[in-house]
Amino acid sequence: MSVNKNLKILIVDDFATMRKVIRNLLKQGGFENVVEAEDGVAALKVLKSQPVDFIISDWNMPNMSGLELLKAVRSDDELKALPFLMVTAEALKDNVVAAVKAGVSNYIVKPFTAEVLNEKIEKIVKSLAA
Amino acid sequence: MDVRFINPFLNGTVTVLKTMAFVEPKAGKPFLKKDTIARGDISGIIGLTGSARGSLALSFSESSILKIVSNMLGEEIKTLNGDIKDAVGEITNMVSGAARKELETLGFNITAAIPTVVAGKDHSISHVLGGPSIIIPFETANGPFVVDICIGAVGGQ
Repeated sequence: MSVNKNLKILIVDDFATMRKVIRNLLKQGGFENVVEAEDGVAALKVLKSQPVDFIISDWNMPNMSGLELLKAVRSDDELKALPFLMVTAEALKDNVVAAVKAGVSNYIVKPFTAEVLNEKIEKIVKSLAA
Repeated sequence: MDVRFINPFLNGTVTVLKTMAFVEPKAGKPFLKKDTIARGDISGIIGLTGSARGSLALSFSESSILKIVSNMLGEEIKTLNGDIKDAVGEITNMVSGAARKELETLGFNITAAIPTVVAGKDHSISHVLGGPSIIIPFETANGPFVVDICIGAVGGQ
């Protein structure tokens, strides 16, 4: 089964450059339907204003962290089923455990290649469809 | 400075630049730096605390960082603009993350602060421990950059 490349993906990261980097990596995998938000608060506004199929969020952000955003998404009846890929600069055990407990779909440690990012997305989407 | 700290930062730098920017930097021989003058045109600096304490700086020549960030973004950047500053902060953050992961296997649990970025000719780098620092020089096809670290174990580890 091939994954729908027209998935609308929300990238959440406080660094505009990192959002561009992720957008560039997604493009290499054929995913070009992308929206962006600079933190968790902005992400929730986007999620409430338009349909989104997949969330890729940084962990460390001001205002609302990736973990707080994940918890907010999982506790919202309309959003709770959304696939959520967490991006972290380090795979500290405590962080991974907290993210898994909060219902993260998967996580990816920076730095990562386009291949690894796109494999993670496809794996999550296929597991949801199975 | 404890030599155990050199390889994790060296390896982290190579991994981050190869993975995110498709640039293969070649490391030169590390040397001691006793002044605070940066060896590049733009630097990312990050504080480290925990079972080791200190700071890490990455100082890039303009030509090297323009190529690195252009590769990361998939678009050509010609001047040291806001995208470059953001990217230097993010690269510093990622190198620190990769190095701390390797240091974790040596028994060090280290957390990092938020990186700051400074630009300009002969700007200064103030290390948390005051210095001297170890410089690991790197060459890329588009110019040099250095990793500038000053870190020490806490509690006689």
